[in-house]
Amino acid sequence: MGDWMTVTDPGLSSESKYISQYTSETKMSPSSLYSQQVLCSSIPLSKNVHSFFSAFCTEENIEQSISYLDQELTTFGFPSLYEESKGKETKRELNIVAVLNCMNELLVLQRKNLLAQENVETQNLKLGSDMDHLQNCYAKLKEQLETSRREMIGLQERDRQLQCKNRNLHQLLKNEKDEVQKLQSIIASRATQYNHDMKRKEREYNKLKERLHQLVMNKKDKKIAMEVLNYVGRADGKRGSWRTGKTEARNEDEMYKILLNDYEYRQKQILMENAELKKVLQQMKKEMISLLSPQKQKSRERADDSTGTVISDIEEDAGELSRESTWDLSCETVREQLTNSIRKQWRILKSHVEKLDNQVSKVHLEGFNDEDVISRQDHEQETEKLELEIQQCKEMIKTQQQLLQQQLATACDDDTTSLLRDCYLLEEKERLKEEWSLFKEQKKNFEKERRSFTEAAIRLGLERKAFEEERASWLKQQFLNMTTFDHQNSENVKLFSAFSGSSDRDNPTVHSRPRQKKPHGAPSGSPVCTSKLTKSLPASPSTSDYCQTRSCVSEYSSISVLNTTPEESKPHQVGRECTNQKWSVASRPDSQEGCCSGCSSTHANAHVEKDDLP
Amino acid sequence: MNFSEVFKLSSLLCKFSPDGKYLASCVQYRLVVRDANTLQIRQLYTCLDQIQHIEWSADSLFILCALYKRGLVQVWSLEQPEWHCKIDEGSAGLVASCWSPDGRHILNTTEFHLRITVWSLCTKSVSYIKYPKACQQGITFTRDGRYLALAERRDCKDYVSILVCSDWQLLRHFDTDTQDLAGIEWAPNGCVLAAWDSCLEYKILVYSLDGRLLSTFCAYEWSLGIKSVAWSPSSQFLAVGSYDGKVRILNHVTWKMITEFGHPATISNPKIVVYKEAEKSPPLVLGRLAFPAPRAAAGPLSSTESKYEVASVPVSLQTLKPAADRANPRIGIGALAFSPDSCFLATRSDSVPTAVWIWDVQKLRLLAVLEQLSAVRCFQWDPRQARLAICTGGSKVYLWSPAGCVSVQVPGEGDFQVLSVCWHLSGDSLALLSKDHFCLCFLETEQGVGTAFGQRGDHT
Repeated sequence: MGDWMTVTDPGLSSESKYISQYTSETKMSPSSLYSQQVLCSSIPLSKNVHSFFSAFCTEENIEQSISYLDQELTTFGFPSLYEESKGKETKRELNIVAVLNCMNELLVLQRKNLLAQENVETQNLKLGSDMDHLQNCYAKLKEQLETSRREMIGLQERDRQLQCKNRNLHQLLKNEKDEVQKLQSIIASRATQYNHDMKRKEREYNKLKERLHQLVMNKKDKKIAMEVLNYVGRADGKRGSWRTGKTEARNEDEMYKILLNDYEYRQKQILMENAELKKVLQQMKKEMISLLSPQKQKSRERADDSTGTVISDIEEDAGELSRESTWDLSCETVREQLTNSIRKQWRILKSHVEKLDNQVSKVHLEGFNDEDVISRQDHEQETEKLELEIQQCKEMIKTQQQLLQQQLATACDDDTTSLLRDCYLLEEKERLKEEWSLFKEQKKNFEKERRSFTEAAIRLGLERKAFEEERASWLKQQFLNMTTFDHQNSENVKLFSAFSGSSDRDNPTVHSRPRQKKPHGAPSGSPVCTSKLTKSLPASPSTSDYCQTRSCVSEYSSISVLNTTPEESKPHQVGRECTNQKWSVASRPDSQEGCCSGCSSTHANAHVEKDDLP
Repeated sequence: MNFSEVFKLSSLLCKFSPDGKYLASCVQYRLVVRDANTLQIRQLYTCLDQIQHIEWSADSLFILCALYKRGLVQVWSLEQPEWHCKIDEGSAGLVASCWSPDGRHILNTTEFHLRITVWSLCTKSVSYIKYPKACQQGITFTRDGRYLALAERRDCKDYVSILVCSDWQLLRHFDTDTQDLAGIEWAPNGCVLAAWDSCLEYKILVYSLDGRLLSTFCAYEWSLGIKSVAWSPSSQFLAVGSYDGKVRILNHVTWKMITEFGHPATISNPKIVVYKEAEKSPPLVLGRLAFPAPRAAAGPLSSTESKYEVASVPVSLQTLKPAADRANPRIGIGALAFSPDSCFLATRSDSVPTAVWIWDVQKLRLLAVLEQLSAVRCFQWDPRQARLAICTGGSKVYLWSPAGCVSVQVPGEGDFQVLSVCWHLSGDSLALLSKDHFCLCFLETEQGVGTAFGQRGDHT
């Protein structure tokens, strides 16, 4: 950098030649700078840049530096820092926008470069680690290769040794074989020699024997003799017979007789054995036929040719055999028949047994799957049956229900039953029925109450009439007397109380309870009442849906409003009071559940209203 | 089980008469004939020298006593004690003597097997049979006594001659295809003759009575061959024991091998019952020293008791290592015998000398193995039932039956070393022979054996 600085100073003075040189220099220098930057950390780099730039441009050489920069930038393809010169003479002006653009672009470039650099660095690191890894792998593989090579060499060595051994053994074997052969030949030669010697010796021995025999026998040895007190008789009591040709023939005959006897005996034994075996065979055959006959029918059903024909053959054979008394025939004639039929049957039996075996093995192999399948078929049939039955039962139930409902419909309102039938499930129906009965009761009560109220109203009317009459008379009196208002007021109050007292008298038990609590009619009581209602809702026995309760609440509130209004405006609207009174009374009888019952009543009413809807 | 008192005996010469009435025994040069039941002496004959061989005639009327050293045969009659007969073979010498089945002829084999002289007790006539072969079993009579088969050797070839015993006429004469015929044996039915080669070659030939070759059987080559042969009493099977430690059983229809009984040293099949003789030290008597005195000093009472224990398989039997450089190596099946009902076969493998193998012939499998404490000397089947008597040269006799087996201590003074056993015809009694004594063992009922499984019989 210092070097570069020294170069710049003279360069800055004047000539363009220098500048060109300069550019070449700078072209070199940033690259070197860059390389240095790569080596250095980013912070000192920026500092360096700063210092460098501060050193680069001074108060004096602004123009030069600008022009230098312009040149540099233009060489790098940036737009010129100067404004488009109109004339060559006129001094070009620095375009600040261009400068800023250039700077921005440069900064962007710088950032890009930095990013690229970072990327390159990370990649470099990655590559370095990869390289390390690969080198490790390489080393390992090399080791493995080495070991395997060593192993291979060892194995080859062993192989070679074994081959060597094998060769040796082969050699030994060959030698042994040779030895054996040699020994055998020796044995053979020895044997022949021995035999030869033996023969020679035996001949000699025989000669000697002969000679000895001659010597011993020809000497007329007196010693060779038998001293017997007296000759004994033969064991069989017969006398000895002369040796003649006859006796020889007789002996022959006897011998042959003995042999014949023996052979006859053996033949008899063999015959007996044969007979027994035949018996066994026949029995076996019979048993086989009896065993295979059920199968035969099956096979016939199946129209299986091979087994069918065989079995029919068997049948024929059996018939033949039973017809002919084959027992007495010699084996040759019967043998083929018997053996063939037995063979056939045996084949059938074998195949049958094999089949059974296969089945058994299958069952064993598949565990209980096969059985499951079989039972599943049954199951399916069964389930189908059952489903059918269920269907039938359902239908029956339906018809019964319909009948019942028709019966009910005849008893109940047609509209409601139809509605019930259509809209509700059985449970609901049941519940609704209960409710219905409850409502009915309530309705009855209402009717009763209404009656009492009408009576009371009649009475009231009568009283009012009387009152009116009284009033008229009183007014007449007053009109006549023209006394003070106070008296009149007190009279009025009295009148009111009398009225209330009359109403109390109608149903005193009902009236006492609402008094313990707050009267529904009180304007402040309405919110309390709603809250209570919501509270008591879960406990309510004939719970209707929340929305219903809500509607009921709203109803109630409206009722309460209604209730308040008559009490407030009672003195003014007497005619309306009469109808509204119904409501207030209806809410009264069950103060605790009153709201509920009231709500239910409203609910019922709503229902009734609803019923009218469709 | 009862035991008789002990009688003197020499050269193991003690024989029941074929009718089962008498018992002949020899003491040096005396021949004593006793009643087989009461053991009272019926006759006493004195011979010229030490008796080397005795044989009852088939009708139990005569006994021949062979005095080989002197070349003499003396015949005694049981009916006529004063009757006597002496046959002198003179300078020709004598190596074997036997009765013909009719009980009226005596066949004497001269030394060097120069000839066989047939002496008749009925007439003065003497017959000679030339060229008899010096072999293991060269003379065999059929059961019915009609025929004699004789092994011959002429011009280095083996021949078999079949003679009619009634007049000693030659019936058949044929050569056998053998290198060195070792033995011949008639089948019990008298119609088939088995002939086998010497141990150098495994070869057994079966001939019909009329001399036709029925079959030849050769199990293997280049090895020591047949060691023992036995016919089953039913003539149905021919058991051939060989040096390879196997018994091969041929059938009488095709004369082919039915089965092969190997004699392995270890028995691992749990179906096979292995009876192992176990020594049981006698209970200590109070006042005696605890440590056992040496056997010789302890005297007769020292003989330890023994019993059979059923060993749990696998069992490995004691085997002898044969000396390969000696002749007649102790390997192979040295003895084999069928039970009288042909249901069982008892065998002894010489390489496992302490064991007796009992095979079930009906099922063709090994049934039981009896392992004794010492080498088995001899065994013999009860002639009436499947009951095997075994002796090992000790003071005990062992009995096996399908129900089980017992070890019986022979009572008496001193050690009675049973070297041989001999059944009575009825199977009711058993003669036990030691070197110079013999005694009879009476088996009362088969219950005694049947129930006393693995127990020691009483010996009162």
